[in-house]
Amino acid sequence: MFYMENIRLAFESLRANKMRALLTMLGIIIGIASVIGIISVGNSLSLSITSEMKNIGTNNILLRVREKSIDNSSFRGPVGNGRDPMSMLSGKVSAEDKDLMTLDMLSTFTELYKSQVDSIGISESDGSGQVKAGRLYANVSISGVNPGYVRVNNLAMISGRFINDRDMSGRKKVCIVSDRLVKNIFKANINPVGQEVRLYKSGAIQTYSIAGVYKHTDSPMFMSASTTSEKDTQTAFYIPITVEKLDKTIKNFSTVTVMSNTGIDTGKLTKDIERFFEKYYKSNPKWEVSAINMSSQIEIASKMLSTVSTAIAVIAAISLLVGGIGVMNIMLVSVTERTREIGTRKALGAKNFHIRMQFISEAMIISLIGGVIGLFTGLLLGVTGSSLLGTAASFSLPTIFLTIAFSMAIGIFFGYYPANKAAKLDPIDALRYE
Amino acid sequence: MIKVKNLEKKYFIGTPNELHVLNNINLQIEDGEFVALVGASGSGKSTFMNIVGALDTPTSGEYMLDNQSVHKMTQNELSDIRGKKIGFVFQSFNLIARSNSLKNVELPMLYTGVSGRERSRRARALLELVGMEDRMHHLPNELSGGQKQRVAIARSLANDPSIVLADEPTGALDTKTGKMVMDIFLQVHREKKKTIILITHSLELAEMTQRIITISDGSIVSDVPVFHSLRTEETRC
Repeated sequence: MFYMENIRLAFESLRANKMRALLTMLGIIIGIASVIGIISVGNSLSLSITSEMKNIGTNNILLRVREKSIDNSSFRGPVGNGRDPMSMLSGKVSAEDKDLMTLDMLSTFTELYKSQVDSIGISESDGSGQVKAGRLYANVSISGVNPGYVRVNNLAMISGRFINDRDMSGRKKVCIVSDRLVKNIFKANINPVGQEVRLYKSGAIQTYSIAGVYKHTDSPMFMSASTTSEKDTQTAFYIPITVEKLDKTIKNFSTVTVMSNTGIDTGKLTKDIERFFEKYYKSNPKWEVSAINMSSQIEIASKMLSTVSTAIAVIAAISLLVGGIGVMNIMLVSVTERTREIGTRKALGAKNFHIRMQFISEAMIISLIGGVIGLFTGLLLGVTGSSLLGTAASFSLPTIFLTIAFSMAIGIFFGYYPANKAAKLDPIDALRYE
Repeated sequence: MIKVKNLEKKYFIGTPNELHVLNNINLQIEDGEFVALVGASGSGKSTFMNIVGALDTPTSGEYMLDNQSVHKMTQNELSDIRGKKIGFVFQSFNLIARSNSLKNVELPMLYTGVSGRERSRRARALLELVGMEDRMHHLPNELSGGQKQRVAIARSLANDPSIVLADEPTGALDTKTGKMVMDIFLQVHREKKKTIILITHSLELAEMTQRIITISDGSIVSDVPVFHSLRTEETRC
């Protein structure tokens, strides 16, 4: 009851000084809004990165042939050899065929780790091209893949089948295309499986027969960056890797993805894989195989992101501190202004506790209102920011509650000193104050 | 009942300059008495009022209020005494500017834990007593001086105290309004049987009470009863 009365009093005094209350709140509003905005943008960013990486697969271990570092103790970043991460990403390894992983190596490996390995995915990019049917066309990026690729990359087949071992050994000219390509090229009532398509690539025309259709998914992160229309978007065009290698001088593989069975310690398997390939590369003066664990990559990426967004949020929190000091400042002014009132209240029987509670309530209400307004402003910022970045906005309920609790705590913390000053006033001096 | 024995108040402004504000005050005021306290500025009457009102504590001596040793009390106990046993009326009204008359009268009851409904009921009754029932929802700045002081008197009675202390309640009012306020004090005294201690400069007002105590240089120099039954009758008419 006494608390309700305090809240009523607090509102009464805020109403008496609307402009002042608003300006004081502004500090809190800006502080809370920026913290919430940054956290929610950071959250949605890390969520989309994690989900994107999960699409690649958390059970996946990436094998790459890389140059042996001259100095073994040199820094090895999460991406690989710590030299030029871009060369790792683009997979441009100028190693010779003898330095690369062979199908033999891989099948030996699969045999040895049968119980732990689900499948092995190999893919080699073969540039981009265009699939044409009459006046209709679809842009594609051509990839030579093996049968294990479908599982490793979590492709969803809509119809037909994926590339199988017979396609591989027979070097059959089959392809797996996206549903988007099908939509662009075929009439709705035609079953694309079994149809032949012509692939135009750097002047040459090749004919492939469609063995299956997979569901194309846009990666939300990178879609916003591309300016092409939906019709012109490149989708992957998968052909047997043996076919892709036909006219290539390099027949072996520089990158391979191993998908472990669920429940397997991928960290340990990663080490085992490195040890396995060490045998083959011991005598190689320049090259070795590195294995990178995807789940640890995801962890590192999301940890890095959350560290960054926390760091920014901490900086934003400084504005909250400033806001809190603003509340304290205005409460001190308010106490001085109302010295006589405090004296009167004390003469009428108010205990120090009552006075302290009255002013703390007032400070708390100011920062609570500021906090709530700031929360909504921050959520709005988060939605705007996320949509600008092309990710889905994400809010966590705990963050919201924490914000409200935190803004109340600011009020209590910064209100305590002025309130205590008010409570400790001598009633006679306070009554005499002009 | 107020009983004051050998009461002293000194301020230490560095030895040897002790400032004696009150010297050896001995006094007894019975329940239901209407007492006027007169004296020049700086005579110590305000200090005395502050001690009687439990706002201040004496340097030495005893102050018993209804057989409670107020001079030994802690801050919190003094607050309790102020809230429950004493009602203050100030020269400058000291109403809370942001609260209406009703809320102002309710205020002391807030600190003694009276329930909301009871607060409102009692505040309304008291405002009626002082003739302010039609100004219940007005803010203090919408009231005249006399009206403000009437609200303040109602407020001083909120917790049904045994003593009402009025520190020059008519000091900020013109003579006519002052008389009206004085009439309310007389009415409260008559109807509520309160002990009222009135500090005043006006001898005319002092003579409307039952007893005049004069303080000079921190000591009581005279303490005389007033025989004025006729005069009170006059002012009432």
